[in-house]
Amino acid sequence: MDLIEKIIEKKPAIVKRWLDVLVETYPEDSRVFFKKETDQFANPVGFTFSKELESLVEYVVRGNLGEEASKGLDRIIRIRAVQDFSPSEAVKFVFQLKGIIRDVLGKRGSLEGFAGELELVDKNIDKAGLLAFDIYSMCRERIYELRVGEVRREVGRLLERANLLCQAAQQ
Amino acid sequence: MAQTPKPEELAKIEHSPPLMEGWMDRPVEIREGFYCYGAKGKNLAAVGMPNPRDWNPADEDWKLPEDWKEIVLDGFKDRLDRFRSFKLFMDICVRCGACADKCHFFIGSGDPKNMPVLRAELFRSVYRKRFTTAGKLFGKLAGARDLEYNVLKEWWYYLYQCTECRRCSLFCPYGIDTAEITIIGRELTNLLGLNTDWIQAPVANCYRTGNHLGIQPHAYKDMIDFFVDEIEEVTGVRVNPSFNRKGAEILFITPSGDVFADPGTYTAMGYLMLFHYLESMGLDITWSTYASEGGNFGFFTSHEMAKRLNAKMYAEAKRLGVKWILGGECGHMWRVVHQYMDTFNGPPDFLEEPVSPITGTKFENAKGTKMVHITEFTADLIKHNKLKLDPSRNDNLVLTYHDSCNTARGMGIFEEPRYVIKNVCNNFYEMPSGTIREQTFCCGSGAGLNAGENMELRMRGGLPRANAVQHVHEKHGVNMMACICAIDRAALTTLMEYWVPEVQICGVHELVGNALILDGEKDRTTDLRGEPLPGMEDMEEEEDV
Ligand code: SF4
Ligand code: SF4
Repeated sequence: MDLIEKIIEKKPAIVKRWLDVLVETYPEDSRVFFKKETDQFANPVGFTFSKELESLVEYVVRGNLGEEASKGLDRIIRIRAVQDFSPSEAVKFVFQLKGIIRDVLGKRGSLEGFAGELELVDKNIDKAGLLAFDIYSMCRERIYELRVGEVRREVGRLLERANLLCQAAQQ
Repeated sequence: MAQTPKPEELAKIEHSPPLMEGWMDRPVEIREGFYCYGAKGKNLAAVGMPNPRDWNPADEDWKLPEDWKEIVLDGFKDRLDRFRSFKLFMDICVRCGACADKCHFFIGSGDPKNMPVLRAELFRSVYRKRFTTAGKLFGKLAGARDLEYNVLKEWWYYLYQCTECRRCSLFCPYGIDTAEITIIGRELTNLLGLNTDWIQAPVANCYRTGNHLGIQPHAYKDMIDFFVDEIEEVTGVRVNPSFNRKGAEILFITPSGDVFADPGTYTAMGYLMLFHYLESMGLDITWSTYASEGGNFGFFTSHEMAKRLNAKMYAEAKRLGVKWILGGECGHMWRVVHQYMDTFNGPPDFLEEPVSPITGTKFENAKGTKMVHITEFTADLIKHNKLKLDPSRNDNLVLTYHDSCNTARGMGIFEEPRYVIKNVCNNFYEMPSGTIREQTFCCGSGAGLNAGENMELRMRGGLPRANAVQHVHEKHGVNMMACICAIDRAALTTLMEYWVPEVQICGVHELVGNALILDGEKDRTTDLRGEPLPGMEDMEEEEDV
C-alpha cells in the first residue's frame, strides 16, 4: 500500500480533524453551530466546509489541482474572504493538512519508510496552499470590483444624461 | 408570524443561558469592510439632527457632546416609557437561544454578537444596570454593565450590522422582535449624531428634493422620457406618461431606484407599459416629480424622521386631488406604509377606498392607508383576464423569486408576485422552503446597509440567500431571480456577482413589460434589456454584421 492509499483509507479521520482546525478559527459559540446544524440551507458555512474538505483531501494529496480542486477551495475561501480573517488566517487551514496527516497516520509508526512520498505529499499541499492564496486575492479583487460596479449601476443612467447632472449641480 | 406558545411549551423552555459566556470581556473592534462611514455634518444639519459634525467611526474620538451618557440614558428611559414593546422586549427574553442561529449575519460570519439574542443583550445589559434593581445590586452577575464609551461603540457597530429583517422574531417563542430593538437603538445613536452617511445623505436629499439622490423635478421627468424612447425602440409604441397632473384618479409612487439605478430601470419601463396598456381601458394615473421617492431612509434613523419623510405621500395626493395611491415595487417603503403610515400621517380622509378602474375590485385591505401594492393591482388584472400576455417572450429566463423581508415578513405579500410571475413566465422554480416566504433570507443589505464600504459585511450577510439561489441554479438552471424591492434589485445584483455570477436580478414588472402585448406594437426582437428574444438570436447577429 502506498502512502496516498493509506491517507485515503484514513480519510474520515483526516477530514474530521481538518474540519476541526478550520472551525477552530471561529469563536467558541459559533463552532458548535457550524458543526452541529446539518441543514445545508440553515448552515451554509458549516455545510460547505465539510462537503468541500471531504473531496479536497484526495485532490490535494495527489496534487490533482485541476478545476474540481479549485472549485472546492474557492467555495471555502470565498466565504473566509468576507469574514474577520487576515489573508494568512484565511488560507492557513490548507497548510495544516500536513500536520493532520502526520498526526493521524503517524500513530503506530505507519509513516516509517515513507519519507520520500511524504515529502511529495507536502509539496502538493504547498501547491494547494499557493492556489488558495491566488483564490483569496481574486475574491478580494472581486470585492473592489463590486464596489465600482455598483456605483456605475447606481448613477450610470444619470451619467448617460450627464448634461442634466451638470445642470443640477450648477444650480 | 410567531405562534403564541402554549403554557406547557413555555414550561419546556430552558431558562438558563446556554451560550454567550464571557462576551462582555471581549471588547469591540471596529473593522474595515464591516461598517459604513459616519454621517457628514452638513447632512445632519440639513434636517436639524443633533451634534452635526464630520466624524469617522475608525477614530478613537467620535466627537460626542460632553453629556453624551445622560443624553443616551434619558433617551433610553423616554423610549421605555413610550414603547411598551421595547420595555417588554428588554424584560422577557429568557435567553433560550432559539433565535441565535437564525440571523443571516450570524450564519454568514460566526460572530456571536450577530446572534439576535446577543445583539439585544448589548442593550439589555445596560438596561439592567440602569433600570432594574437586580442589575443595580448585582452588576455583572445579573448580566448588567454600565454604559461606557466602548459599550456605545459596540452598540453602534452591531446596530448597523442588523438589517431589521425580523427573521429572528419568527423563531422566538415570545415573539421578541430584535428589529424593533435595533430601530430604537439606532434612534439612541441618532441623539448623538451617530448615523451613517449612507443613510443620512439620502435623508437630507429626500427632505430637500423628494428623493434619495437629490434629483430635481426636471431631471426626474427627463429620465422617464428617456425610458419612453427606449420602450419605443423595443416595441414601436410610444407611451405617454403624465406628471403632477391635478385631478388624476390615481397617484403612482415608486422608489427612485426604479428611475435611476439599473436593473430597476427596466422595472420602471414595465410600469410605464402597463399604464399605457390600461389607459384606453380607463386608467387615469399620474407620476409625481415631488413625491419622487417611495423609499424612506428616515425609517433607519428614527420614527420621527420616518414620519417627516413619509408625509410627502399624502401631501402630494392631496395637492393633486387624486382618489388613491398606487405604490411600486419597494421593500421598506411598504413596511412604512403598511405598519406606520396611517398612524404617522393618517387618516387620509381626503382619499377614497381604492377600487380598480379596470376590474372594479375593491382593495379592502387598503381601506386604511388608501394605498395599493402594484403586484396586487396587476395580479387582479390577470385574474380578470384583462391583460394580453405572451409569456414565451421570457422563455430565455429560468426564474426564481426572492421574498423581500419587508414585503414578506413585514406585510404578508407572498402570493401576488408569484401569481404574476407564473402568468408572464413559463419557467419558475422555488428555492427551498426554509429560505422563502415568512422564513426568507435577507439580502444582507437592507435597513440602509447597502453602501460600498461595508461590502464584506453585505456579502457574508447575503450568503444564506445566495446559497439557496446557487442550489436552484445548479438544480434547475435558474438564471434570473425576481424580487419586488428596489434595494434588492441593486443589492442582490452585487450579491450574485460575488456568489453566483450566472444569476441576474429583475423586478416583477420588468417581466410583465416583456410579456405584455401592446396594441399596435411591432414584432419585438429584444426584451427590455436589449437582449434578443428566444429564437431571435440570429437576427441580432445579422444586424450586427
Ligand atoms: S432583525 Fe434580522 S438582521 Fe436583525 S438580528 Fe434579527 S435576523 Fe438578524
Ligand atoms: S429573543 Fe426570544 S428566542 Fe431569542 S433568546 Fe430571547 S426568548 Fe429566546
